[in-house]
Amino acid sequence: MSTGFHIVVCGSLVPDLLQTLEPVAGPTGPALKNEMMLPAVLDPWAGHALFEAAHLAAKHPGSKVWLVSLGPKAKLQQLMMSIAQKVPFELVAIDGSASGFTDPVEVAAALAGAIEKIPTLDRSRLLLFGGCASASRDAGVTVQMVGERLGITDQFLAADEVKVGADGTLTVLERVEGGQYLVSEVVGPPCAIAWATGNLPEPPNNPQVGMQNMRTLMPSLQKAQLAALSAQGGTFVSVEVPKQERKTRIVKDVPLDEMARDIAEWIKG
Amino acid sequence: MNDLRATMETDIVCVGFGPATGGFLTTLSRAMVDADGATRLESRVMPGMPLQVLCYERADDISFGVSGIVSKARSIRASFTPEQLAEIPMATPVRREEVLYLQDPIGASRRSAGVRALDAVVEALKGALPWADHAVLLPWIPPFLQKHDGMVFSVGQLNQWVGSQLMGSGLVQIWPGMPVREALLEDDRVIGVRLVDQGVDKHGAPTGAFMPGMDVHAALTVVGDGPVGPVGQQLNQRFGFPAGHHQREWAIGMKAVVELAPDCGLEAGDVLHTFGYPEPEIFGFLYVHPDRMASAGIFVPSWFDSPARTAYRYLQHWMTHPRLWRHLKGSTMHSWGAKTLQESGRRGEPWLTGDGYARIGEGSGSTNVLTGSGVDEAWATGVQLAEAVIELASAGKPFTKANLDATYVTRRRASWVEQEAKVAERARDGFNEGFLRGLIGMGVTGMTRGLINLPGRVRRVHERLPSMEQYFGDRIPAAEISEIRRHSQATGTPVHDALMDRSGWPRIAFDGTLLVSHQDALLMGGKVQAAAGFADHVTFLDTAACQSCGEQVCIDGCSGQAIMPGPDGVPQFDREKCIHCGVCMWNCSRPHAADPERGNVGFAAGSGGLHSPIN
Repeated sequence: MSTGFHIVVCGSLVPDLLQTLEPVAGPTGPALKNEMMLPAVLDPWAGHALFEAAHLAAKHPGSKVWLVSLGPKAKLQQLMMSIAQKVPFELVAIDGSASGFTDPVEVAAALAGAIEKIPTLDRSRLLLFGGCASASRDAGVTVQMVGERLGITDQFLAADEVKVGADGTLTVLERVEGGQYLVSEVVGPPCAIAWATGNLPEPPNNPQVGMQNMRTLMPSLQKAQLAALSAQGGTFVSVEVPKQERKTRIVKDVPLDEMARDIAEWIKG
Repeated sequence: MNDLRATMETDIVCVGFGPATGGFLTTLSRAMVDADGATRLESRVMPGMPLQVLCYERADDISFGVSGIVSKARSIRASFTPEQLAEIPMATPVRREEVLYLQDPIGASRRSAGVRALDAVVEALKGALPWADHAVLLPWIPPFLQKHDGMVFSVGQLNQWVGSQLMGSGLVQIWPGMPVREALLEDDRVIGVRLVDQGVDKHGAPTGAFMPGMDVHAALTVVGDGPVGPVGQQLNQRFGFPAGHHQREWAIGMKAVVELAPDCGLEAGDVLHTFGYPEPEIFGFLYVHPDRMASAGIFVPSWFDSPARTAYRYLQHWMTHPRLWRHLKGSTMHSWGAKTLQESGRRGEPWLTGDGYARIGEGSGSTNVLTGSGVDEAWATGVQLAEAVIELASAGKPFTKANLDATYVTRRRASWVEQEAKVAERARDGFNEGFLRGLIGMGVTGMTRGLINLPGRVRRVHERLPSMEQYFGDRIPAAEISEIRRHSQATGTPVHDALMDRSGWPRIAFDGTLLVSHQDALLMGGKVQAAAGFADHVTFLDTAACQSCGEQVCIDGCSGQAIMPGPDGVPQFDREKCIHCGVCMWNCSRPHAADPERGNVGFAAGSGGLHSPIN
């Protein structure tokens, strides 16, 4: 593979998961209270995809990574100052809600449309990456739909590893039921891979990488198009954040066995 | 290993992103290009381009400031239109301002004879005073303390909003999650900064993923890293202080951001200041933001002489005072945090400039200790430096000490910041001799505009902190204190709870929403995290001194319970729980071996901290 891959990672921001999140009814549907005030992080699954993409690109000269992000422009800008220090990529920004209350069909259309407009993208070398799920909505369907819109028929979901053979064959390790893996081979791009956690740690912040990315970040943010998200795609019957159970009990001199039994009972509910 | 170290050239590098740097970058960025985008201030490292300006911030996001403040906001208002100010989340104009003297409803507070006499007078006259729930509403607020026309801010949200405007301009780059380790010096000239090494173990030794911190060379280094910032400390140690200046007075501010109950009786813009309880030396504040959010907290100053000072438990006693509980009952904690305040004011001012560097903000001694105002002043010093840089860059002059003195320092000396700081310079000296003397001293200083001050000997923390036996001796026998200390060492827990329990303070009845354990506050109050691959930033310099230390104030004062008793008598530090408040740095009761102005705890550049955007 002397020409390398063109890897497009779809990923955006989610509110920092360790902050207090509270769903509220907004004028256009459900929203998170004070969403614009909350610090944002790159969706963890998208993060794994991005780091895997950068790792793959580094090993295959001639490769290039794009990050296609749909989110509120101001928040994307803030987030990028952290993400851009991690790995090299070129940003394609789309302005729109990343609340998780959007219709994935519309999100996929916006992402696919933006990918199609990347002028230097060679679709024959395209690896479409994204998260197999999202921290803001665990639907896990967006990468599939983007792939379908781009005509990519080889799709792998919940991948943890991709190996490239000497002949360019991709071997993909996919999570399946029961803690088992499905190993698949595909002759090469184009294909879509929705990542689970992968195997790579989060890279350290590298200021040089940040400076390199900065050359394309701000222009991309400045020309970010508003996504056509109509909020008409569905009706939310109810909305709630994942429950965080906290039960604090102050006890003294409890034997370890009893504590273990207590915890086991609590987990059982 | 240095072969791996990268170097980058830029024009201006800023250390730390807070209000001072916000003021600096806001003012500078507006002058860098014309309305049509043409370069006005040209870069030396990239000819033809505008000045290249970088800012490195330790915290993982620019929104992680720790302060709810009330401020006259004169300098901030001067930088933005009213319409822009209205965009800042959690900001609101001051609606009502009250000062309350809190009596001790429990009887555990340590009150001097003078304070007891004051309490007796209040008790006798309470029928004729605006008294309720063990508190007296002061009928009048001295003008120097008033913030009537000011604004209530969340500094986290202010920083986030300002940073967003700046980055949107495309003219400056603010990089969070990137601590600056030190200033780079050639002789006495600062030539830039070195970022922290990554991929190291807790002692700083390289691991397999070692990435040496990059050197960023710049014609001007702007030091705005706050009261405990590593670069500010380094410059203080390298260049010392002007004659008569020192940084011996500090405070830890600890607060929660809470959502008030609908029937709390407060409205956005309401501002309450308190004094007198839980200890006379501890001041409190309750500022109401829009949407029933409020910042509620206390300041524990360095002249509160308890060797077992725990801001957290005192915060809870303050919250549950009947006068405060009236408003806070039914509240939910959304955020929590603590930060050190450099309380020496102008007397703590270091050398403001040198060849290649200038200092702004709290670390530069800009906080006004009489008016209790810091953010407004910090922002103003940033603006002043920016105006100086614009003047020098426009004239093609280098950033030498002489040129920075002639432009930045001259502006600062001629400004309201300096005039008011001079008035305030000795305002708090009286507190070093006692609470009432301090209170009267502040009043006298304020009312005479600094002409008359009540003196007091400003001592270093290690000179003034009594031993536990001295402080608690009137309430707890020495043998029992020894047993408490032994038990603490054996169980790896701080001593403050046992000492306070034994001194008559009731245990806090946790409600799970506002009154929670210290550990739960760390979990509920934001996000405490430390990225892997960084060295410990808190170190115990002379471990023998720690082993012989009977107080170990670093443990009891630690805001995040990140410092705990160690197995060999040396406190142990858990980087993942540190919220970077810096209280350990100035709270140490053992002097540094070579510099008595410092303690025995090292506080260096480090990653992580407490992350909550609404602090």
